Amino acid sequence: MRLFTKSLAVALFGLAALGAQAAESVALDKAPLRFDNASLQSGAKTFINYCLSCHGASAMRYNRLTQIGLTEQQIRDNLMFTADKVGEQMTVAMRHDDAKRWFGAAPPDLSVIARARASGDGSGADWLYTYMRQFYRDDSRPSGWNNVIFPGVGMPHVLWQLQGMQVAHFVEKDDGHGGKVQHLERLEVVEPGLMTKQEYDDEVANLVSFLTWMGEPARETRHLIGWVVIAVLSVLAVLTWMLKRAFWKDVH
Amino acid sequence: MSTSKLLAEKGQQLLGWVDERFPLTSTYKAHMAEYYAPKNFNFWYFFGSLALLVLVMQIVTGIFLVMHYKPDASLNAAGVPVAFASVEYIMRDVPGGWIIRYMHSTGASAFFIVVYLHMFRGLIYGSYRKPRELIWLFGVGIFLCLMAEAFFGYLLPWGQMSFWGAQVIVNLFAAIPLIGPDLSVFIRGDFVVSDATLNRFFAFHVIAIPLVLLGLVAAHLIALHEVGSNNPDGVEIKKHKDANGIPLDGIPFHPYYSVKDIFGAVVFLIVFSIIVFFAPEGGGYFLEFNNFFPADPLKTPPHIAPVWYFTPFYSILRATTSDFMWALGALVALTGGLTVLTAKCRHVKLAAAAVTVVALLAFVLIEAKVWGVVLMGGSVLIFGLLPWLDQSPVKSIRYRGGLYKSILAVWVVCFIVLGYLGVQPPSPIGNLVSQICSWLYLAFFAFMPWYTRLDKTKPEPERVS
Repeated sequence: MRLFTKSLAVALFGLAALGAQAAESVALDKAPLRFDNASLQSGAKTFINYCLSCHGASAMRYNRLTQIGLTEQQIRDNLMFTADKVGEQMTVAMRHDDAKRWFGAAPPDLSVIARARASGDGSGADWLYTYMRQFYRDDSRPSGWNNVIFPGVGMPHVLWQLQGMQVAHFVEKDDGHGGKVQHLERLEVVEPGLMTKQEYDDEVANLVSFLTWMGEPARETRHLIGWVVIAVLSVLAVLTWMLKRAFWKDVH
Repeated sequence: MSTSKLLAEKGQQLLGWVDERFPLTSTYKAHMAEYYAPKNFNFWYFFGSLALLVLVMQIVTGIFLVMHYKPDASLNAAGVPVAFASVEYIMRDVPGGWIIRYMHSTGASAFFIVVYLHMFRGLIYGSYRKPRELIWLFGVGIFLCLMAEAFFGYLLPWGQMSFWGAQVIVNLFAAIPLIGPDLSVFIRGDFVVSDATLNRFFAFHVIAIPLVLLGLVAAHLIALHEVGSNNPDGVEIKKHKDANGIPLDGIPFHPYYSVKDIFGAVVFLIVFSIIVFFAPEGGGYFLEFNNFFPADPLKTPPHIAPVWYFTPFYSILRATTSDFMWALGALVALTGGLTVLTAKCRHVKLAAAAVTVVALLAFVLIEAKVWGVVLMGGSVLIFGLLPWLDQSPVKSIRYRGGLYKSILAVWVVCFIVLGYLGVQPPSPIGNLVSQICSWLYLAFFAFMPWYTRLDKTKPEPERVS
């Protein structure tokens, strides 16, 4: 009997541990990425207008935006607010230590955020797409905002005027240890923003596409060169195989 | 006299001039044109030359990376660590930098894939057996250097996984009794992984370890060319020579195997290119996602996983908990008991009994954490004992019996399962499975002297088939 209880305890513990692991993973919405110039330019505009006030993208230079179809003059006239030269990096004036005092944590540099946020749950783009659409009002937070997939987030909902205000409805669920956990049931828009849900989702999709592009601007070139290299190597493989066969004719 | 004839004569004269001063022609003959290799090399024999190719590739790409990389943990004006930012600088602002960096990062994983397959070749065809014990030992040394090289190099991008991975591994040394805590501070050069650590790891990665590695590779090849290559049949081709002293089943390395290896290299490069150009992150296994966050000493990631090529050994470390010590004690007692029962010499019997008793006492007295570190290191070093553990009358798997083949199959499965579990977050079921696999992994080596003798082998052929 004691053995039975023991093995049962082990089995339950195993299940609980597996459950705890399952609770760690989050459900992410698939980001509808689009890498045409219009979408990327729209994303760049949102990024520079809303994100670049606090978050830097210090690995990124303004003139790299010529890769997505903008001219240097267009970049200078429409997108450069804090930099003088078009070859400068996208940095913010806010000091690291000040930011830490104001927000609890310095806003991270976003140069490679779309690559960093990837996980077993989905791509980095999926995470960002879900994150930017799941802010809700929470008066217990210093900023008044909280986020479903980033609980206790330091950033307020910067795009709230576009999306509107959401509140979260939670249900209490058993956590398997006799306690209760708050489980998100749904998000409800209580105050509409300037955009409809579809428009807002599109806006975020463009922003996330831009962040993904910015994470590795050489990606398109990489694919192009890749095809050429593999084609050349394939020809070489045939030639070297023929060479090998010719030399090995007399080996029996 | 025609011009071409004149040129040929001048060339001969020049070669003669060099040969009187440097063994150029004789070295070329000894290692290329008159190095006779068995004619029956198969698929598995590509991986030696491929390992050399990847080594050269890592050195060349590494040199170019060092031209732009900065081992500096301080924050730049934008609040990003300089080392981390310099990698992104290479990826964006250095022309062609991304291809060099991806070749280097993919090359690290490719190196381990190629070397694991190369080692497995040695395992199945008995390439470690007499007279090739030293080749094998140099090889184990190369493998150790490779692990050190990969570990030191992984800190350099200064991402979250770089930082916390190094923190975990250096802390392992703190488990050593008495000197441990001071030793780990000595290795880091600081109380936490810091700029001092980054700078010394950089020095080890670009100078110290590559020097040792190249020396060992040279020794590995010199030893190989001294005794000659093994082959899939595991029989010595030097036993049957023609009137000129050339092995009947041997063919000159150049041109036969040079052209064959060039073909192998091109096929390898196609696979390598597919990863470099279309999946350089390798699904998060070659470049871990979390490593795109700059190192933050104040933010511990929830799950710290080493890169895939370390995970079998990391799993063995994690599996060694206090409840595993009983199983380990049983393994040592069994091995010791078998040695006492079967050894012919009285001194060996006594020594085995003494070692067993001391080991069992030490298991009780010293905590499991220490043994985890010992087992992790031991599970790599134990490869070096293979030439003496294997007592089979045959070398190649082709002539071994079902017993050995089944045990080897179980071992391979265990190695892969341990590798898989090492990238997963710890769980009770995973831990139990990894304990079983760790035990079987060690038992493969511990019981080898007996099961290789019991194994019903087939007679070896006189000549290669």
